[in-house]
Amino acid sequence: MAYDGWQEVIPLIELLDIRKTYGSSVEAVKNISLTIQKGEIFGIIGHSGAGKSTLLRCVNLLERPTSGSVKVGDVELTRLSTNQLQKERRRIGMIFQHFNLLSMATVRDNIAFPLELAKMPKAEIKQRVDELLKLVGLEQHASKYPAQLSGGQKQRVGIARALANNPDVLLCDEATSALDPQTTNAILSLLLDINQKLGITILLITHEMHVIRSICDRVAVIDGGEIVEMGDVLDVFLKPQHSITKDFVSQIADSFDPRELINTRSGRLVKINYVGEITYEPLLFNAVKSTEVQFTILQGTVSRMKNTPYGQLVIEFIGADGEIDKVLDELRAKGLEAGDLK
Amino acid sequence: MMLKNTIDWSQVRWEDIWPATKDTLTMLGVSLFFTVIFGLLIGVVLFLTSRKQLLEQSVVYFFMSIVVNILRSVPFVILMILIMPMTKVLTGTTLGVQGTIPPLVVAAAPFFARLVETSLREVDRGVIEAAQAMGASRWDIVRRVMLLEARPGLVAGITITAVTLVSYTAMAGVIGGGGLGDLALRYGYQRFQLSVMIVTVLLLIILVQLLQMVGDHLVRRFSRK
Repeated sequence: MAYDGWQEVIPLIELLDIRKTYGSSVEAVKNISLTIQKGEIFGIIGHSGAGKSTLLRCVNLLERPTSGSVKVGDVELTRLSTNQLQKERRRIGMIFQHFNLLSMATVRDNIAFPLELAKMPKAEIKQRVDELLKLVGLEQHASKYPAQLSGGQKQRVGIARALANNPDVLLCDEATSALDPQTTNAILSLLLDINQKLGITILLITHEMHVIRSICDRVAVIDGGEIVEMGDVLDVFLKPQHSITKDFVSQIADSFDPRELINTRSGRLVKINYVGEITYEPLLFNAVKSTEVQFTILQGTVSRMKNTPYGQLVIEFIGADGEIDKVLDELRAKGLEAGDLK
Repeated sequence: MMLKNTIDWSQVRWEDIWPATKDTLTMLGVSLFFTVIFGLLIGVVLFLTSRKQLLEQSVVYFFMSIVVNILRSVPFVILMILIMPMTKVLTGTTLGVQGTIPPLVVAAAPFFARLVETSLREVDRGVIEAAQAMGASRWDIVRRVMLLEARPGLVAGITITAVTLVSYTAMAGVIGGGGLGDLALRYGYQRFQLSVMIVTVLLLIILVQLLQMVGDHLVRRFSRK
């Protein structure tokens, strides 16, 4: 249900037992196995130093894993010669936190760079660059130099350059971490657009839960070089298990803990979670309508996770216990999760 | 007042000064050309073989570095005399404009190589990483990324090297290299013709100023930051 862009599950990136150590003691990545499916947007979240950047660089072998194998498409990259690897890398686009553009080349020449590397004829390069400029909305800026652009525009150049050779995968290395919130959202919706319109699989790393919530289908939480939690974004977000995950979820959740209310309110405090189209139905009203039960919303979020609406409420019910139980049963019957706040 | 009495401007023979100026310019131009070629080559290899770079080769780096340091530590006048046999083989003479080109290049190339190495070190590693991620070969990275990104630094390095070469060409006069330095030494110093010395020094000053101005202008034109 979470991946509405595709039906069939085809593995595109397969990381198997990836280990990366520096020297004899520093273990940046410890035995990570991970499969990214074709067409999905997969997010890896972790604090700095958690190993996410190293892991991402293992996918295109900018970092060669100490052991383990990397497969992209049908090709096992870890077995390729330098020459073959250079060719394969053209199918894997990458964008960076600090954009990493050629400062001495214009926007046009920056985007043309990977095409020149692939030895595309000049006339075709021009045509392709024009397409890409249009795709990222930079037609007006083709002859500017990166220093003349804003951060968001630079990242658009980075994205155009990464897409130039029609890659199957786009790797995003903290692509929005150097941008302000507004620009971040614009870049995220561009990435989502690229994923949906061009069908390009996206693997991104970030330390911002906001990025995961906005565009990812699945997420892996990484800490100390290991994946501590992984699943559909909605599940991980609504029911975080690991303490690190809870940390990240709290980044975007309300910082107010409703349990502080338990002793000050006289009614029964209930936590309700719901997901999907029922978010927009008057379920609470319908459930209490035929009873004497009254309710007050003490805290709550009603929002969307990528394309899925969801809600999380803390509600105070006032009325007879038996009647409240009946209300809760009715809500559960409609597919909501309801439980007393402890 | 003193100067007026001792300087005899009639001693300045322009028919000697112009050919000497031309010699200096020829020495400068030809030696700068070869210095840039060899220096670029040595500088790129030094950079690439150094620690954590694309062709990390500590043994190669170590020996190249030592050779470069040795050449840079020998004073130019002595270097010129030391390599005379090599100069003779290469150009057939150790005198005149031809005879000064090899020592000028041998002295200036290692100097320029270090400047090349330094400006390559300034190139953002992220850009190199991005090029690698795009499937660029090492050669692509050197040619299309490093040399492009380092261009302002390289032009500044060429300017500094050119100015250094001007003073080397003047020293070359000592062993009969010709040019303005030779003139200043023979007439100005050995025959006490102060006027000739002043004119030649002024010409050298103008030359250096021009080189620096052109160099600065080019660096500004290439800078995109």
